[in-house]
Amino acid sequence: MSEDGQNYSAAGEVAQVKLRRGRGERTWIALKKAPVSAWFGMIVIALYAFTAIFGPMLAPYGEAEIFAKADEPWAMLGGNPDHLFGTDQIGRDVFTRLIYGARNTIGIALITTLLSFLIGGTLGLVAAINRSWLDQLLSRAVDVLMSIPSLIFALMLLSIFGSSIPSLILIIAVLDSTRVFRLTRSVAANVVVMDYVEAARLRGEGMAWVMRKEILPNIMPPLVAEFGLRFSFVFLTIASLSFLGLGIQPPTADWGSMVRDGSRFIQFVAYDWTLALPSLLPAGAVALLTVAVNFVVDWFLHKTSGLRDDH
Amino acid sequence: MTTDSNKRGSKGDILLEMRNIEIDGFSDERWHDIVKGVDLTLRRGEVMGLIGESGAGKSTLGKAAMGYAQPGCRIKSGTIMFDGMDLMAATENEKRKLWGSRIAYVAQSAAASFNPAHRLVDQTVEATVDHGISDEAAAKKDAVDLYTALQLPDPENIGTRYPHQVSGGQLQRIMTAMAMSPRPDLIIFDEPTTALDVTTQVEVLVAMRDIVEQFNTAAIYITHDLAVVAQMADFIKVLRYGDEVEEAETRLMLSEPKEDYTKTLWSVRSLEKPEDKSDDIALSINNVDAAYGKSVKVLHDVTINIPRGRTVSVVGESGSGKSTTARVITGLLPPMTGNIVFNGEELPAALADRTKDQLRRIQMIYQMADTAMNPKQTVGEIIGRPLEFYHDMRGKQRDDRILELLEMIELDSSFIDRLPSELSGGQKQRICIARALAAEPEIIICDEVTSALDQIVQEGILKLLLRLQKEYGITYLFITHDIAVVTAISDEIVVMFQGKVVEQGLKSEILNPPFPEYTQLLLSSVPEMDPDWLTNLVDQRP
Repeated sequence: MSEDGQNYSAAGEVAQVKLRRGRGERTWIALKKAPVSAWFGMIVIALYAFTAIFGPMLAPYGEAEIFAKADEPWAMLGGNPDHLFGTDQIGRDVFTRLIYGARNTIGIALITTLLSFLIGGTLGLVAAINRSWLDQLLSRAVDVLMSIPSLIFALMLLSIFGSSIPSLILIIAVLDSTRVFRLTRSVAANVVVMDYVEAARLRGEGMAWVMRKEILPNIMPPLVAEFGLRFSFVFLTIASLSFLGLGIQPPTADWGSMVRDGSRFIQFVAYDWTLALPSLLPAGAVALLTVAVNFVVDWFLHKTSGLRDDH
Repeated sequence: MTTDSNKRGSKGDILLEMRNIEIDGFSDERWHDIVKGVDLTLRRGEVMGLIGESGAGKSTLGKAAMGYAQPGCRIKSGTIMFDGMDLMAATENEKRKLWGSRIAYVAQSAAASFNPAHRLVDQTVEATVDHGISDEAAAKKDAVDLYTALQLPDPENIGTRYPHQVSGGQLQRIMTAMAMSPRPDLIIFDEPTTALDVTTQVEVLVAMRDIVEQFNTAAIYITHDLAVVAQMADFIKVLRYGDEVEEAETRLMLSEPKEDYTKTLWSVRSLEKPEDKSDDIALSINNVDAAYGKSVKVLHDVTINIPRGRTVSVVGESGSGKSTTARVITGLLPPMTGNIVFNGEELPAALADRTKDQLRRIQMIYQMADTAMNPKQTVGEIIGRPLEFYHDMRGKQRDDRILELLEMIELDSSFIDRLPSELSGGQKQRICIARALAAEPEIIICDEVTSALDQIVQEGILKLLLRLQKEYGITYLFITHDIAVVTAISDEIVVMFQGKVVEQGLKSEILNPPFPEYTQLLLSSVPEMDPDWLTNLVDQRP
């Protein structure tokens, strides 16, 4: 072009190009535009994480320490000021157990969710790339697993294998990985047909490279969002299993079993409403975290799905 | 339509007047100018051509003529007077009454603009009936007249079909009928033929031009193709970066453009490589039949020879099997019968059976550079991967080679850590070329590599490819439907039609008479800069 007296140069070419911005700068812009609900969610999650990590330091007593007086009400309702939220039916400090419960319930839910993503995500990617008998086999197997109501299935498996923490994690992870499989397979299927994946295959790249480098980075947003949601569900499943007595076993503190322990007093609430508190507190803790995670996920999904606000 | 023509007044009254229009768009967290103070005057019955590269603001300006700004855009200032009505001051409701009755819009992709669940005739008359311009029976009867005027086959019954039951060219004409149905004063055509094959484009152009003339409708015709606009418009306005470059009557603009920029637009198509014969065959495809699945046979007995260090162009319309041929060569689609011979040896049919070295020697560049690069990898990673993979280069050695490759494609080291979204269209395509070069291939298959690019950028890419061929002796298989590109780059040409090779030969043999029937049709359908080209062509054809 230069011979025509034009000052054209490829490097100077402009069009609808995005500004060059670092990762940090883009994250900051996104955070600044986040709605109040997302901020609320992030703060709540941060507080829960802090409690879970530093639990033993924050808790005034030991996890299973038993005090003389059982069923003592809140300090502010006339109970012993040594026990902020009172003590439970066998005299353990409720506040201490709430803090330890955060650690156990969240920790186990997190490990379970990670494991289910590892299983479901890997198999989903394999199925999306392979697209042959392997895809058929995996997809039908998942259909079979999903056709059984998951809570009942989990109950059955737990009574077969015993409710130890490892078997709890494994069973829920496998049952939940079916959902992850389906999601990964369908979003990856959209990426697999892209020219850059074909280019990688033409180059002779192996399946592991294509999965890890070409596809995975491009399906992260929906997977991250799903991770948030799955975490909430796993968390609720563990709490419900504990409530039914098949989840985390005493004396390990966890919110599900705390709700169950407290629930036997519910029938007396008509006479003394403070009796509802031992079960409402852990239930509230579960609810708050679930709501917070969903706020963050909603915002994240909206941001990454490319939905544009009208200006 | 005599009553109509009385109502609309004679040709020459000003219908649309836009003064000092400024439009902003919001993207990537900031507002930026799309159109910067453009004036536009359109009289009744006139056709104006709006022309410019992508990003010049031509579509945005076209939509602003309706008083409409698409989501993410806003009309910042200026006045828009449509037949005495101030569109800037008009309410949404008033504008909605205008749209689809007095102003109509024909979009680029007809296939995406029809509702697949409704019959064509119902969609054609929908706006007319909704706006109460005429009742349904009359409008449907009129639609048949319009279909006839647009030379659609079986005009009585074609309206009862669904969108997927007619071809792309027919759909585009039905969309024109839909726009014409309420007898608007103004139609905006936004790149209506860009997605069509040249042979189909001719039919659509003729139909559009005649119907606009017949009903004395004013039109704004937006396109990036000069030769097309030369057939359609009374006068042309050239836009660049949201500014007006110049405006003139079509013949005047073609014969003596004033501005330098306009001249370059006009001269782009003059690139031509001298052909060079060679009998040293690098790769040949012999008697290949191929099919998707088990039933749909796409290639029938295809034989193509590609001489070393030369360019062979494969031309033909969509569905002719051009891209399938490329898939057969790369091993993505193993042929049913026939074989591929590369450097005297038969290549394994399937990708999985080929060695790393065989894969390295044949590289591919795609039409859409956007989807051919992983959006999450930087330029350095994209170019560096083949270096690692084929040549086992690491660390400093690899980085040095990446810089060398960037230099070869006329980009500098500042590009190394950019993401594809931070590159322009031409730069993206250059990175794809660099990725192919990194493998040090013998053959590069170019699948419509320039068709998504603007004229000037296109020329830059073609020059780059020619230079690389000269310096490194690379062989190209060039798949395209653009005859101008074919003349620019090829030594030999293969014409394909419905999965068969019509002819193969040197460029001079194919592009000069005598022609087989299909080649004649294909070549004569390529628009020329001559404003009388379409008229002459229609006269010539039976």
